[in-house]
Order: sequence, then structure tokens, then C-alpha cells
Amino acid sequence: MADLTTEFVGIKSPNPFWLASAPPTDKEYNVRRAFEAGWGGVVWKTLGEAGPPIVNVNGPRYGVVYGADRRVLGLNNIELITDRPLEVNLREIKAVKRDWPDRAMVVSLMVPCEEQAWKAILPLVEETGADGVELNFGCPHGMSERGMGSAVGQVPDYIEMVTRWCKQNTRMPVIVKLTPNITDIRYPARAARAGGADAVSLINTVNSITSVDLDNMCPEPMIDGKGTHGGYCGPAVKPLALNMVAEIARDPETAGLPISGIGGVTTWRDAAEFLALGAGNVQVCTAAMTYGFKVVQEMAAGLSNWMDEKGYASVSAVSGRAVPNVTDWQHLNLNYVTKARIDQDSCIKCGRCYAACEDTSHQAIAMSPDRVFMVIDAECVACNLCVDVCPVEDCITMERLAAGAIDPRTGQVVPAEHGDWTTHPNNPGALKAAE
Amino acid sequence: MTNSPRTPGIAPARLPREAYARNFADVEPPLDAHEAMVAADRCYFCHDAPCITACPTAIDIPLFIRQIQTGQPEGAAKTIFDQNILGGMCARVCPTEVLCEEACVREAAEGKPVEIGRLQRYATDTLMQRGVHPFERAAPTGKRIAVVGAGPAGLACAHRLAMKGHDVVLMDAREKAGGLNEYGIAAYKTVDNFAEAEVNWLLQIGGIELRTGQRLGRELSLAALEAEYDAVFLGLGLAGVNALRSEGEEHHHVQDAVDFIAGLRQAGDLSTVAVGRDVVVIGGGMTAVDAAVQSKLLGAENVTIVYRRGQDRMSASTHEQDHAASKGVRIVTGAAPLRIIGGDHLEAVEFAYTEEGPDGLTPTGETFRLKADQVFKAIGQHLAGAPEDVHIEAGKIAVTGPGRTTRLGVWAGGDCATGGDDLTVTAVAEGRDAAEDIHATLVGAAQLAAE
Ligand SMILES: Cc1cc2nc3c(=O)[nH]c(=O)nc-3n(C[C@H](O)[C@H](O)[C@H](O)COP(=O)(O)OP(=O)(O)OC[C@H]3O[C@@H](n4cnc5c(N)ncnc54)[C@H](O)[C@@H]3O)c2cc1C
Ligand SMILES: Cc1cc2nc3c(=O)[nH]c(=O)nc-3n(C[C@H](O)[C@H](O)[C@H](O)COP(=O)(O)O)c2cc1C
Ligand code: SF4
Ligand code: SF4
Ligand code: SF4
Repeated sequence: MADLTTEFVGIKSPNPFWLASAPPTDKEYNVRRAFEAGWGGVVWKTLGEAGPPIVNVNGPRYGVVYGADRRVLGLNNIELITDRPLEVNLREIKAVKRDWPDRAMVVSLMVPCEEQAWKAILPLVEETGADGVELNFGCPHGMSERGMGSAVGQVPDYIEMVTRWCKQNTRMPVIVKLTPNITDIRYPARAARAGGADAVSLINTVNSITSVDLDNMCPEPMIDGKGTHGGYCGPAVKPLALNMVAEIARDPETAGLPISGIGGVTTWRDAAEFLALGAGNVQVCTAAMTYGFKVVQEMAAGLSNWMDEKGYASVSAVSGRAVPNVTDWQHLNLNYVTKARIDQDSCIKCGRCYAACEDTSHQAIAMSPDRVFMVIDAECVACNLCVDVCPVEDCITMERLAAGAIDPRTGQVVPAEHGDWTTHPNNPGALKAAE
Repeated sequence: MTNSPRTPGIAPARLPREAYARNFADVEPPLDAHEAMVAADRCYFCHDAPCITACPTAIDIPLFIRQIQTGQPEGAAKTIFDQNILGGMCARVCPTEVLCEEACVREAAEGKPVEIGRLQRYATDTLMQRGVHPFERAAPTGKRIAVVGAGPAGLACAHRLAMKGHDVVLMDAREKAGGLNEYGIAAYKTVDNFAEAEVNWLLQIGGIELRTGQRLGRELSLAALEAEYDAVFLGLGLAGVNALRSEGEEHHHVQDAVDFIAGLRQAGDLSTVAVGRDVVVIGGGMTAVDAAVQSKLLGAENVTIVYRRGQDRMSASTHEQDHAASKGVRIVTGAAPLRIIGGDHLEAVEFAYTEEGPDGLTPTGETFRLKADQVFKAIGQHLAGAPEDVHIEAGKIAVTGPGRTTRLGVWAGGDCATGGDDLTVTAVAEGRDAAEDIHATLVGAAQLAAE
């Protein structure tokens, strides 16, 4: 059995599955039950400063995007940080950590952008026995209007400044949670590192409107005839999150900075993908909110089985495995030539490949009157759209042309050696370099 | 209750009252909105979809299913009605297992086709339940057309003509319009008087005058119709029932299955419909299955279908046969009736086992008897009452192309005309196509005259 225990910025947990800071971690009752179900750790729902608690809307706070059969593909929310009194949260954090010493207990924080505010709250958290803090620089709605959350996360200088204040005022590890509502994720990550962050976690939710109520002409969720953008999460945001994680993992300026991967993790496979792209662990919210705490059992069992199959002894052995293979477009091998191949035995003759290629690609699939579909190699550019739209798995595959073969589309011999844009004759830059 | 399934002879009220409602309930209950969404999601939106090719009316199935999937069941219904104005009935009665659903690529892939028929019903029910009619008539053309026979072929023809702006007089020999939709289709396929409701909904287009109790050959003559109208369409169906040519056939408890079914369909109270204790149905098609199953559902103790050829030759689909078997109907194949035995009361039918050889069907010499107090003949219907002035070919009105008979100005379609299977949906297609041809002919002629 593979070893799922992880140590992330010195915080140990029995598995790499943490619940992200969100409603699932907003109170003692939830967190105890989450630990009973098997979660390796939690990041407690974001705490604000002492004083009158935050207020939430009293109407709906979620919008949703469905796939087939009402499967939740994406969720957005307009919830703010915890609306329970600070002292109640702190008391509960302490009680849970005392009873579950082997689980990771990280506390998310968001207070105004003043050193005094951070100085005041950090010792209170330390006193609970929590393992670390996560700085919420990501919440894109409500709090950002008050100069917090993503309003900080969108300004690298603020990130660096607040991170430094925290590092100077606590012995606990500091994780900086990043917002994806920015053009280049590397800048905030670099700022976090410069401020002394022990790790970054990402992504927080994406600015979004999931749908519009066309009767009331109002975005959802609708509060008394008005709506506002919310933060998008769930399976739909996973691709965005994976890319941002990979960007940070392969940026020389942030290389080696621990990453907690968040965004659409729903199955063991999602988790494995985040790990492969450089995350040291993952955090989950929407999957738990959709299916309940029990999902962690599938995630943990699946990851463990897969690691056994592949011979990975520990989570750290997986972490970052795919990073060396994330590269720039210019380095992709242009001499790697493939053609689509249709397996006639598994083809069910739906014609989707034909419609896709004929209408929107390269007219490289021929359809006979009796519905036999064949790839025309002389036209196929190997885009693989047909593979993507074919309803039968592995019915269409992309087969590589061996070196020395002639590509019937170009009439050129397929070279054996690597050849990319940096050396391509059509690249003016390559010519200049050669001169 | 005095009678039971074991009451000898032919008797009504064999079952407790509540059993009738249960037995004759919707054989395939409608999908609810969520089920329809899930079913619609399974459609691949195929290119040049094989299901469309397999539909005699060529409904754009992937399009209407996608409309359901995007929350537009009424738009879906419009897509269906554009091609098939009786899409509601067809959704209930089409043998989809040998039409669209057999051709569905998911049938090939996993033996579980997209539920096209049930989705079609979901869409058409949604629109029809609102009571609105989705089509408007074109500007009046001043042309008048006689449509004889108000079955699926006649109804589809009349509707399309009315839509094109022609005035239609729709005539039928029977008391009610609908043809076999009203008098023939199994009761559990078209519950809650759907056939009648559908006719009323169809007539909302306007421009169609319905005259019932008008029989061609009695009140009407082709010559008179030709003189009075700009065109004539014949959708007469098959009014005659084939004879067994067996000894004793004239016994009064040997009945045409179609008459039994028509009586059942028109009975307000099914407990009044009398049925035998031991029922034998002779035939191998949809009519045989329907007569047998409905006999069983009325409380007959033993019901047997006997078909003269092998099971694979039965025109009732496997689905229909399975349905009969699931209701407790026994199917005997490879046996032909020799004689009907009995005096005042019927006693039995004697059959000879048959063999299929190069010279056709021959008796093996072995015979057997089946106890029977009621026998239904369901060995096919034939054309009856067709006017003499049109050419008949292989027992049907000969037509070419979109229903043109040998007589100029006279079209025909549905079961009475050559070509196509004898199915509701085929009748609709032929009626519709004839209407388009009539329209093109009349408008073309008018244009020529104007020039
Ligand atoms: C018992 C039974 C069950 C069936 N079940 C199915 C099924 O489940 N699915 C399916 O697809 N098909 C089924 N069919 C076949 C289907 O009903 C027919 O193919 C379809 O009704 C043919 O339509 P039509 O308009 O040509 O004829 P019909 O429906 O027969 O209509 C003909 C009309 O013309 C009228 N008429 C006849 N002669 C004259 C005259 N001389 N003057 C004036 N009017 C006249 C008749 O009264 C009738 O109203 C079944 C048939 C039978 C008998
Ligand atoms: C294969 C592909 C290539 C694209 N190329 C371009 C492009 O060259 N320029 C551009 O402005 N958008 C491009 N787009 C983006 C599309 O125009 C569009 O903005 C995007 O796909 C979102 O729309 P959709 O998901 O509704 O189709 C491309 C999209 C795809 C899928
Ligand atoms: S890979 Fe692209 S170009 Fe080639 S057949 Fe498929 S869709 Fe067409
Ligand atoms: S998409 Fe796949 S299954 Fe459909 S026709 Fe093409 S190869 Fe066959
Ligand atoms: S064949 Fe089946 S999957 Fe394809 S369009 Fe028709 S119903 Fe949909």
C-alpha cells in the first residue's frame, strides 16, 4: 500500500486531501465529521478581525452550471468570510485540534490591510494550537469591495507586504492563497515568495456570472431582483487551476515553492494531476459540498491504488513529476507527425467525426453512402478534434508516422530528429539567430 | 360480480371493476420532465442521422431531441409536427423497435437506443396539452379538395392542404374521424380518448369541413367528387377482412379481430365487452397480437395466437410478441386452421402443422385441436369499396410518386395504396406527400393559366 501521509510546510497529515476554507470548514460540527470521514486536514473557514461579525445575504448565495442529468459542473457563490464570532471559531478550532492531533489544522485569515490588524489576530490563532495560517487574498466578491481578499491578491506589492507582516509576527507556517482573477499568476506567486511565504495555495474562485434569469433579467443568484458576480469553482475551473499551478511550478523564480493545489478536485485522478503538476497536496470544496464528506474515501483509495500500480511509494514521489514536460509551444516537436485512424469495428457510424472535420476542420474524413468513415491522410492535419467528439472511446486514435515515412499531406519525409519553431525556417527569429 | 375468467362461453365482466382501469392503463407511461432531460442527453446529434432515414415521415430527430434538451419541448413538438402532424399518435403506436430506434447508433453501440418514441411523446404532449395549434393557414387559394377517408392518411393530407390555403372537405363512412386510430389501435396505446382529442386539435387549423357517415360507393361517387372538387384524395384504408377458407368459418363466434377491437375501442365501459374463456386468434401481425392481448386483459382464461408460418415470419415485431407473452398469451407457430368445430357453441379449432418448403407451405399431416369458445380472424385486411375507375394493382390502388393514381386529379395514400408498410406513420407520410403534390399541381396549373 502506497504511503499517503504528507508533510506540507512541516504540517503532517495522514493523506494529501484537505478541505479548503469554505462552508464545510465553518464550524466544529462539520470539521469533526470531516475528520471522522477521513479528511487529512482542513483550512478553517476564513476568520475576520474581532468585533461585530460579518453579515451574509439572506437570499440564495449560489449559482450553478449543470452537465447531463443535473451533474454539478460549476458552482459560484457570493458568500463572505465566516459570519460567526471570532472567539467562537477560535474556541472550536482549539477543541478540534486537541481531539484530532494527527490532522492538519490550518486557519484562514482575512483582516484589513494594516499591520496592526494582522498583529492582533495571529497570536489568537497561535494560541489554539493550529498548525498554520493561510492568507485569503482571493475572495473576489464583497470583501474585495472593502479592500480585502482579491483586492490585495491583485496587487503583488500588497501580497509581499502583508506576507512579510505575518512572517514577522508568527512562528506558524504562512500559506498565501492566490486569486486567479489576474492575467499572469507568476507575479503574485513571486511576491508571496519575496514576502517570505512558506507556500502558496491556488486557485481561489473565478469572477463569474453562471446564468441569467431571463424572466427577471437578472444574474443568478438573484437577491430581490439584483445579482452580483460570484466566485466560480467546481470541475469547470480545474483546467484553469492546473495551468496556474504548473506556471508557478516551472517558473525559475518560484521553483521549489510548495503549492497546495485547489480548483475542481473531484476524484482521485484530479488530485493526481495537481500533484503531477507540482502540488504537494490538494484542497477540496465543491466536491464535498456536492457529495458530502464521504467522497474523500474514493479519492484516498483511488490515489493509493494508482500509486501502487505505478510504483510510487509516497505522495512526494508523485509531486512535480510532470513539471519537466510542461514547456513552451516553441519547443514542441514539429517533426512529430500523426494521423487519425478509425477502428471500423468499434465505429457506431454516428458521423460526428465527419461533421466536425467537414464543417469546422480540414475536410479529412470521407463518408461513404453506407456510412463508412475513413480518414484521408492527404488532408488530415492531426488536430484530433474527431477523437474528441467521437462518442466511442479509443475508436479513433492518433497514430504516429514513423521517421522516414512520407506524410501524404505535405509530401515531405518525416524527419527522425526533433525540430521545433526555434529552428524552423519560417521563423524570422530563428533566421536571425542563425546569422 | 358473477363472471370470472373461468366462466364458460362468451361473457362480459370477467374481472373485478378496478382491474379494467389497471389492465388498460397507458402501456408506456409518459416521461416526466427530468426523465425526458436524461433521455435526451443520450442523443449524439448524429450527422445525417440514421434515425431520420428510418422514419417514414423523416422527422428531424436529433434536432427535436436537442430542443428538448435545451428546455424547448414546444419547439421540439413544432419540429415533429412540421413533418408529421400526427406525431402525437405516432409517438404512441409506431413500432419504433423496427424504425427509428432500430437505426439509432446507440442501438448498434450498446443495444439501448435513445428513447425516441417516448421523447416524441413528451414533446408533443407538452404542446398539445396547452391546446394551441402551431400552424397557420396560408392565404386562400380558392381551390376545394375532397379527402375521402379520415384515417391517418386522410387527416395528414387534409391538414397539409388546409395549411397551404386550400379548402378541404374531409369525408368518412364511419361515425367518427380517425380511422384505425379511433377504431383499431390497441386501447392501452392510446388512453384517455387521445385519438379523438388529436383529431380535434388537428382540425383547429381551420379550413377543413368534416362530414361523417359519407361512404364512397353509397352517398358519394368518384365521378360526382371529381365534378365538384379541384382534386380528390382517397385514404380508404383496408375495409375488408381476409377469409380463413376453413370449414365452419361462418360460425357466429368466429369474428373479425378488427371488429372485436373496434367494439372494444368504442365501449364506454370495458366490463360490458364480452370475451370467450378460451380464445384462439388466427394470424401473425399486429392485429392478431392486439386482439389476443386485449382478450387476455378483458379476462379470458386462455388466449392462443396461431400463425401458419414460422415465428421469424410473423409481421408482429419481437417487441410486440414479447408484450403478448408477458400478458400470458401463448403463441403457436407453423400451424394452419383446418376446421372450426362446434354446434350452437364453439368447441375447438383443428389445426394442421405446416412445413415451409420450396413449394411453399405444406401440411405435415399431423393435426391438433385447441379448445375454443371464441375465434378471431386476423390474417389480414384487403381493399374494399375502392372506385372502379382507378387502377388496382396487387390488391391496392396503384400509385406512382407522391400518390398519383392512374386517374388525373385523383390521389391516394395510406393502407389502400401501393407502396410502403401498413403503418400509421407511413399513412401520414403518404397523405402529406400527396397533399404537397396536389398543391404543386393546382398552383402550377393556376400559374400556367395566369401566364
Ligand atoms: C388492429 C390494428 C392495430 C394496429 N396497430 C398499429 C400500431 O400499433 N402501429 C401502427 O403503426 N400501425 C398499426 N396498425 C396499422 C394502422 O392502423 C394503419 O396502417 C393506418 O391506420 C392506415 O391509415 P389509413 O389512413 O390508410 O387507413 P385507416 O386508418 O384504415 O382509415 C381509413 C378511413 O377510411 C374510411 N373509409 C374506408 N372506406 C371508405 C369509403 N368507401 N368511403 C368513405 N370512407 C371510407 C374508414 O372509415 C377509415 O376512417 C394497426 C392496424 C390494425 C387493424
Ligand atoms: C481551436 C480554437 C482556436 C481558436 N482560435 C482563436 C483565434 O485564433 N483568435 C481568437 O480571437 N479566438 C480564437 N479562439 C477562441 C474563440 O473565438 C472563442 O472566443 C472561444 O472558443 C470561446 O467561445 P466558445 O467556447 O463559445 O466557442 C479559438 C478557439 C478554439 C476552440
Ligand atoms: S485529426 Fe483533425 S484533420 Fe484529422 S481527421 Fe480528425 S478532425 Fe480531421
Ligand atoms: S465519431 Fe466515432 S463512432 Fe462516430 S462515425 Fe466517427 S469514428 Fe464512428
Ligand atoms: S441515431 Fe440515435 S443518437 Fe443518433 S441522432 Fe438519432 S436518436 Fe440521436
